[in-house]
Amino acid sequence: MKTVESARVISNTNISADIYDMLLQSPQIASEAKPGQFVEVYTGSSEYLLARPISICEINGDTLRLVYRRAGKGTEIFTHFKSGDKVRLLGPCGNGYTLKKDKTALLVGGGIGIPPLLETAKQLGGGTVVLASRSKDLIILKDDFEGVGAKVYIATDDGSEGFKGNAVELLRSMGLSADVIYACGPKIMLKFLNQYALESGTECQVSMEERMACGVGACVGCVIKIKNGEDWEHKKVCKDGPVFDGREVVW
Amino acid sequence: MDTRVNICGVEFKNPVMTASGTFGSGREYGEFVDLNRLGGIVVKGVADKPWKGNDAPRIAEVYGGLLNSVGLQNPGVEHFIKEDIPFLRQYDTNIIVNVCGHSVDEYVNVVKALKGQDVDMLELNISCPNVSEGGMAFGTDCTMIEKVVSAVKKEADKPLTVKLSPNVTDITQTARAAEAGGADALSLINTLTGMKIDIYRRQPVLARKIGGMSGPAVKPVALRMVYQVCKAVAIPVIGLGGICTGEDAIEFIMAGAAAVAVGSANFFNPYATVDVIEGIEAFMRQQGIENLSEIRGIIE
Repeated sequence: MKTVESARVISNTNISADIYDMLLQSPQIASEAKPGQFVEVYTGSSEYLLARPISICEINGDTLRLVYRRAGKGTEIFTHFKSGDKVRLLGPCGNGYTLKKDKTALLVGGGIGIPPLLETAKQLGGGTVVLASRSKDLIILKDDFEGVGAKVYIATDDGSEGFKGNAVELLRSMGLSADVIYACGPKIMLKFLNQYALESGTECQVSMEERMACGVGACVGCVIKIKNGEDWEHKKVCKDGPVFDGREVVW
Repeated sequence: MDTRVNICGVEFKNPVMTASGTFGSGREYGEFVDLNRLGGIVVKGVADKPWKGNDAPRIAEVYGGLLNSVGLQNPGVEHFIKEDIPFLRQYDTNIIVNVCGHSVDEYVNVVKALKGQDVDMLELNISCPNVSEGGMAFGTDCTMIEKVVSAVKKEADKPLTVKLSPNVTDITQTARAAEAGGADALSLINTLTGMKIDIYRRQPVLARKIGGMSGPAVKPVALRMVYQVCKAVAIPVIGLGGICTGEDAIEFIMAGAAAVAVGSANFFNPYATVDVIEGIEAFMRQQGIENLSEIRGIIE
């Protein structure tokens, strides 16, 4: 059940370039939230009325951890939230990942797609994790993933940390595989990752993104194309997703 | 205190409805508000066959509101009858079906399919700016408006409200054309056409480049049009456009609106509909108003 909650900011710190790590006391939403779901965060500004969809990075008791990127004027407002501030949240939104706990897991995160995989790894009890980004300073949460028992591989486009190349090139080069792939990141990464998964017939759950308004499925704004027999249909990222079976997506 | 209102024979428990396209068929916001509280639910546009809608991005935030170019994506009237009417009928609220089409025939097909169905009112959508045929293309031409309204009215077994576009020079003319065609009521305004450009990508934000603007920023324009139309026609007017609070709704009622609808405010506040109802009641109590007829259309 989704709800709107006035959450209390516990901390909100800049962890790298434009990336921020915010802890919020949000008991109602935290008690319902699952890995891969997101919350709609309101700016509190009368200029930016739409809430921003932010993935849930971690759920700890009554606390939600949101790791977000300052991407525009709305998220810029978030960076000014201070400990003790009240922030209006709507959630939990979307479907989240379907966790297959008895199967081996490969988690692939690209850039700001990394955060939702942390709670996923935690609830799966670890797994193999690939963190990919343009360069070293955008590789986030490595220690957190190791802290939940995951084996972490790093790929950077510029080779400033770990493997030089993208996530899928790293998978091929290391021959990494698992029963289920859980992924979040840029669409281009997810597309090639899905192809990689298809080659071995591996299940690949991808978390997608699109410009959103309501976050609950009413406005039908945030659609992506999903296969429907020989044809396709528009499905809502906020309600039918954000996690889709990679085989179903029209890339 | 009595907030009831009767529009062409349909009794509403209060004058607050939802604006088509912002509230689905009630399921989504039913998680936040008690749908029994609402005067009516104007459902998302229904066509004779499923429509896929436009490519994404369909949403762009703008100052005081948003642009959308959804393009009336809907699963068609058959699906609506099978899935949505039974869902909505669990609640004590009126069902108003927003009817869309690319042609007169398609509008008529929807209305024929709805004949005998358990709904309370029809709303003819001749004002959507996000489709290339039908929609606003019909709603900006007085001859066409009269033609499509009378064709639909002939087949309709429920009162018919016609939703007007604000993207015209003189909305009283299109309002009169709808009235002449046999409309029982009018709903206004639909969205104002607008645009946003991402200057860093050097591209429009919306895939379709142009969309429809809604939100509190459009309220003064909507209010002005409702005021003018209420003076120009004899049929009831349902006022909408940027209503977020009870005070906003009272303005429309003072301008002459029989009822109001809450649209994009739902996106900013999932409780907006009930907040507007409670805001109207609070204003009535504070002002000692027994019945909204005491203030309806008091602006000369």
